[in-house]
Amino acid sequence: MAEPLLSVNDLKVSFRTEDGIVRAVDGVSFTVDEGEVVGIVGESGSGKSVTMMSVMRLITDPNVIYQGEIVYKGRNLMQVSRDTMRGVRGEEIAMIFQDPMTSLNPVYTIGWQIEEQLNEHYDLKKGQARRRAIELLTQVGIPKPAERVDDYPHQFSGGMRQRVMIALALSCNPDLLIADEPTTALDVTIQAQILELIKNLKRDFGSAVVLITHDLGVVADIADRILVMYAGRIVEEGNKEQIFYDPQHPYTWGLLGSIARLDRPKARRLTAIAGQPPSLINRPQGCSFRPRCPQAFDRCRAEDPKLTAKVGDGHLDACHLSIEDKRARRDATINPELAETA
Amino acid sequence: MVTFAVRRLLGLIAVMLVLSVLVFLIFFETPGVDPARLMAGRNPNQATINAIRHEFGLDRPLPVRYALMMKRMFITRDLISYGSHTRVIPEITSATPVTLSLVVGAAVIWVIFSILTGVAATVLRGTVFDPILMILALIGISMPVFWLGEIVNLFTQSRWHGFFLFSWVPPLGYTPITQNPLKWFEGLVFPWLTLSVLYVGFYARVLRANLIETENEDYIRTARSKGISERRVLLRHNLRTSMITFVSLFGLDFGILVGGGALLTEVVFGLPGVGLLTYNSLTSLDLPVIMTTVIYGAFFITLASALVDLLYAWLDPRVRPT
Repeated sequence: MAEPLLSVNDLKVSFRTEDGIVRAVDGVSFTVDEGEVVGIVGESGSGKSVTMMSVMRLITDPNVIYQGEIVYKGRNLMQVSRDTMRGVRGEEIAMIFQDPMTSLNPVYTIGWQIEEQLNEHYDLKKGQARRRAIELLTQVGIPKPAERVDDYPHQFSGGMRQRVMIALALSCNPDLLIADEPTTALDVTIQAQILELIKNLKRDFGSAVVLITHDLGVVADIADRILVMYAGRIVEEGNKEQIFYDPQHPYTWGLLGSIARLDRPKARRLTAIAGQPPSLINRPQGCSFRPRCPQAFDRCRAEDPKLTAKVGDGHLDACHLSIEDKRARRDATINPELAETA
Repeated sequence: MVTFAVRRLLGLIAVMLVLSVLVFLIFFETPGVDPARLMAGRNPNQATINAIRHEFGLDRPLPVRYALMMKRMFITRDLISYGSHTRVIPEITSATPVTLSLVVGAAVIWVIFSILTGVAATVLRGTVFDPILMILALIGISMPVFWLGEIVNLFTQSRWHGFFLFSWVPPLGYTPITQNPLKWFEGLVFPWLTLSVLYVGFYARVLRANLIETENEDYIRTARSKGISERRVLLRHNLRTSMITFVSLFGLDFGILVGGGALLTEVVFGLPGVGLLTYNSLTSLDLPVIMTTVIYGAFFITLASALVDLLYAWLDPRVRPT
């Protein structure tokens, strides 16, 4: 098997705070292959953004503590020099952020901001960077790019700004694109357009994509493989079919149950996952999801479940329930109306 | 942009008109203030007071007196000081270069050093140098300028004047730049430093706070994710946007100082500037001079705030008139 593009091995990211050490990411391992689309799903505070920010080494908090390794094309990014890291950022790994309203510098034109990145990584002649910027704006679907290149971010709508962010991220043709909730701050209609755009550009540019989201509905369409994160750990990992049609972890069931389904005859109330995520300073004993899990039993308190493959190749989960129990119980959470009629 | 400038100019005239009326009313309608009586000297008789009142037109109706004063100030330019009986306008025009020399020089010093200090403190955050710089800044803010000026004079003019470091310092006073540029410069070095100390401290602290606040903005993270150098992130992305507050403060402070706010420095260093003129006219309640200096000051403050608005538009495209 070919070497994966990115492999994160037992990554732990903690922050020293006055109240104690917050373990934001607590032993996460996964790989991203070239050209692959990986979705990372989980609620706020589950560590998905911190994981990917660590890959870019963009966490500037002086109280951060890292452990583990992040290997990109054979290099451990945790150990390379700051200058080497600068060469990786933007050129090899690029990132799109959640809020396009605040992610672009308000005092420079969008053209300037794209050209800045191009000039940083390539030796370009005068005018070349600008032509490339206009070309990129055309590719992301900005109307009249030759005029709009001289406009400031505040002259664009949210969706258009996110297109500019995507143009910026793709400007150096990166091998890995990290999209941190790229559609969360946008209207639903715009969300679909942006996802479609990412999908098409992924095809054109051949980049691998890591899509961070809290909405399983977003990754359903686009991701090859899905990681479900909870409280700083991966609780389930599998390809799209495995996660959507054979979910193993009760937390994944909860996420699936909270998607609004329009393909079902009877409308129903969405099921919410009861309770709050646990404190990342004092983790509950045993399984982190236990306090919120309706399926919890004695073993869940006694023993912390490991992420292992139980049902099939590449489908991992961290839950003590037997496969039979899982298959029998999950419909009550995911599709209560089907469970009732059955 | 042109309409914007014209609008600001009209605003400036309106502000000055309102101010002149207000100041006029305050000084001429304040109970117990009778300029004629003040001018007549000690224990005057009523006839003298009446004569003076008539001579200066103080027995005419209020609006007429206002109009007369404005006419003398701007059209005939022969407004006479009640105190020294000299013409006011030439006094102001000869005091203006002194004040401008003092304030412009001090402003150059305070802009350069406050930016250096603010940026240095931000870069050195987490080390002992940041708190040391900020404490120094606080000390600078806390030292009253009249006290600092006197201490500086004590050393440079008397105690250590013989010491080689200070032997070049000329006696207190002002030499016009047209007369002797070197003497002009030498005479202003310590007034500049003294006046700028407070502002260096204050601006450095404000800038540091702004830089640290901007550091947490999303677009700074975006800039880092582009792979550009930390220096470029700090100077081109962070400092550039943090300067917006700095510039608006600077414009107002500069206007206030040119408009006579450098009074204490001028008095301590014996510089015959507008501040000194204002100070003298206030102590003797010399109404024509007060009126003129107030209008002069208002002119510079409104002019400065108009310039700040233009600079603001240059710094922040979001407020640019389209």
